[in-house]
Amino acid sequence: MIANTLPKSLADNPRLDRWLQFRPDGRLRVCVGKVEIGQGIVTALAQIAADELDVPLARIDMLSGDTDEAPDEGNTSGSQSIEIGGASLRMVCAEARAVFLAEAAVLLHCVPEELAVAQGAMLWLGRPTGQSYWTLAPRVSLAREATGAVAAKPRAARAVIGRSVPRLDLPAKLAGGGYVHDMALPGMRHARVLRQPRPGATLAALDEAAIRKAAGGEMEVLRSGDFVAFLADSETVARRAAVAAPAYARWEGVDTLTPAMGEAMWLRGLPADDRALGAPVAAHSGLLKHQASYSRPYVAHAALGPSCAVAWMRDGHLTIWSHVQGVYPLRQSVAGALRLDPASITVHHAHGAGCYGHNAADDAALDAAAIAQRRPGVPVRVLWQREDEFGFEPLGTAMLVRLAASLGPDGRPVDLTTEIWSGPHVGGARAAAALLATRVLPDPPPAPVPNEPSEPNPGAGTRNAVPYYDIPAHRILHHFVARPPVRTSALRGLGALPNVFALECFLDELAVFSKTDPVAYRLSLLADPRARAVVQRAAAMAGWERRGAAGSGTGLGIGFARYKNRSGYAAVVAEVVVEQAVRLTRVWCAADAGLAINPDGVVNQLEGGIVQAASFVLKEQVVLDGAGVASRNWDSYPILRFPEIPEIETVLMDGGDEPPLGVGECTMGPTAAAIGNAVAHALGARIRDMPFTRERIVAALA
Amino acid sequence: MTDRIAFTLNGKPVAPRADPTAPLLDVLRNTLGQTGARYGCGAELCGACMVLVDDVPAYACSREVGTVAGRVVTTVEGLAGHALIRAFLDEQAGQCGYCLSGIIVSAAALLAANPSPTRAEIAAALEPHLCRCGAHPRILRAVAKAAQMLREGAAA
Repeated sequence: MIANTLPKSLADNPRLDRWLQFRPDGRLRVCVGKVEIGQGIVTALAQIAADELDVPLARIDMLSGDTDEAPDEGNTSGSQSIEIGGASLRMVCAEARAVFLAEAAVLLHCVPEELAVAQGAMLWLGRPTGQSYWTLAPRVSLAREATGAVAAKPRAARAVIGRSVPRLDLPAKLAGGGYVHDMALPGMRHARVLRQPRPGATLAALDEAAIRKAAGGEMEVLRSGDFVAFLADSETVARRAAVAAPAYARWEGVDTLTPAMGEAMWLRGLPADDRALGAPVAAHSGLLKHQASYSRPYVAHAALGPSCAVAWMRDGHLTIWSHVQGVYPLRQSVAGALRLDPASITVHHAHGAGCYGHNAADDAALDAAAIAQRRPGVPVRVLWQREDEFGFEPLGTAMLVRLAASLGPDGRPVDLTTEIWSGPHVGGARAAAALLATRVLPDPPPAPVPNEPSEPNPGAGTRNAVPYYDIPAHRILHHFVARPPVRTSALRGLGALPNVFALECFLDELAVFSKTDPVAYRLSLLADPRARAVVQRAAAMAGWERRGAAGSGTGLGIGFARYKNRSGYAAVVAEVVVEQAVRLTRVWCAADAGLAINPDGVVNQLEGGIVQAASFVLKEQVVLDGAGVASRNWDSYPILRFPEIPEIETVLMDGGDEPPLGVGECTMGPTAAAIGNAVAHALGARIRDMPFTRERIVAALA
Repeated sequence: MTDRIAFTLNGKPVAPRADPTAPLLDVLRNTLGQTGARYGCGAELCGACMVLVDDVPAYACSREVGTVAGRVVTTVEGLAGHALIRAFLDEQAGQCGYCLSGIIVSAAALLAANPSPTRAEIAAALEPHLCRCGAHPRILRAVAKAAQMLREGAAA
């Protein structure tokens, strides 16, 4: 395969030496901009390098996410790390290998075609030559730009790609370390930040004496504008100050929220930018019509460990360690917020708790940076309180999706309208002016008005709103609500989960009109053989043919999507028992990820997505009340627990030599839909609003 | 207001100087350099801080360090040679891994009391623990596998 155009990461960072360094100590350093956020990506990227260069994995050191030494690959998001970052690295390695082989051929007076590489050493006609990447490195310059003209290895020559290599980062994490939370620098001080309860609120009074008393130890109160931080050598003291502080702070201009604002329906009453895409509106007189509305409320990323960062200002240079999704975007935001030259800031990625999108990592990093800027020479560690993580992280937006179809005489849809009400999923929430500390530091810049495109592929609120099915006419009406009651940003899959949930539940409803089985109905609308294959496989795994009449209390339901209509395919079947609550008993999943670099890592992502989506559907809703988010800990924001975990069976289709497809988000929508359809089958009545609470079960049966 | 508080940590005697009302978690992490127990919620709701005190799971975020004087405290670092660590690596049981230290601590207590737990019994023992990445199926398998390794080791 010879690429005509370079993948984005490589086009942005074309120099080969930005990615690969054969070092004098006999090791290979591979530098990448995509970062480990719990998904195993750095291991998969190491596999790609090992395979393409024929270097043992054990000789590779990965450097990931570093504004000094690693390429700028933007954010680690959207299931693109393999599709774009991996494709870039593979091309870099193929090209570097060719450069080294050409040099070896000159040295050995042979032609490159007679040379091969094994374990990093050059072979001539299968025999050792005494040369390796490392012996040749002084003669070979990788300070050259990629051309994209060197073909990557064919499938048959691959040894490391496609193998379930163990995660590189797991041993340290099982030994008690490995996270930014665990960093301890000499003289480091622990800090906590008092949060502005709502945008626009101003700090009228702060009883520092009372907070000091509660803290019970040596502590500094740092104030700059309405930015307030508590610094102490003792983390216990800093935490006690933070716990006590809200009661001793009086804010003015705090607007009040109500629980109704937390419902998706509230979006319909807010100002919206209305966009229309797709087929023109058409009237189909005489055809059978059906419409239904589905919703998801605001949900939280709710990483298990609250956000944390360490920052240190030394000799005018600011160094930040953060579990952020993108070190370069963070550097830009911090520079803007603190009015620093980006060149005077270094951001190192460090591991954090699981990241499922734009959480509070950026905010915590700015907190630490703002404090470090004001206390030069002192390393500062900021850890958010759990209550602040729930209270102030950017949320996944509520969404309302209304579908309306006209059916042809054969019962299949001839016309479909998808109408979406949604807050921002991306929309500039990482910009300097959108970060929390910026709002309260002196002279805050005006908050940006969020905006995001409506184009559906990949889209944001419109993601996966275009059916992957054969429907002659489809249109999207997108009501983009730029200012929902709470700050929202990217959460795993963006609009895909609500949109796939809506569409796939709606398909089951449409199938009823022609008394068609839901699997058969889908297959009658699906042309892509890979899509058909996962649907058929998941149904077979689940023993779909045993599915009986609706209303028995036990249900079987299916959901399918191809993520972004161009990434990983997943079909999921869920089995539920519905009594007082929904009990998810079993899940079957068939997925097609193309070439899976690390099959076990892929399955881990697919199944993690299944569990997380199940948790969203069955349990989760951020409660808005009073001065913002009222659900501030796990008792008021419950998630799925161990005794509620279903048996999950996952099959990865043989992707052959098809390009690798991102899988981090592809099971979310299909799982939500499968549960929705299984519950409808169990009850003989449908619940269209997440989460599926007891009240909604009772209401559906009434 | 600080005292020397003597206890056994991961098999070794320690006597950190600490405010006896400080959370055990802070003393473990910041004074004794054992970072395996983690802050998650501060309210006994997530299990990320779980340690063993005299072989019984305890939340280190809310436990005052003064109360462990003279007792035996075990963190995940003290379980380095335990079959659970091998089993979690074998099963690649984790994604971000933040929850694992606490889960392994509770699992060790379970296996000490019940060498052949069922899936439901493992899930019940891990009920105090949250995992946000959805690695639960692997974690349940890994604990069952560790139990099997221990049984086979005991029989050998």
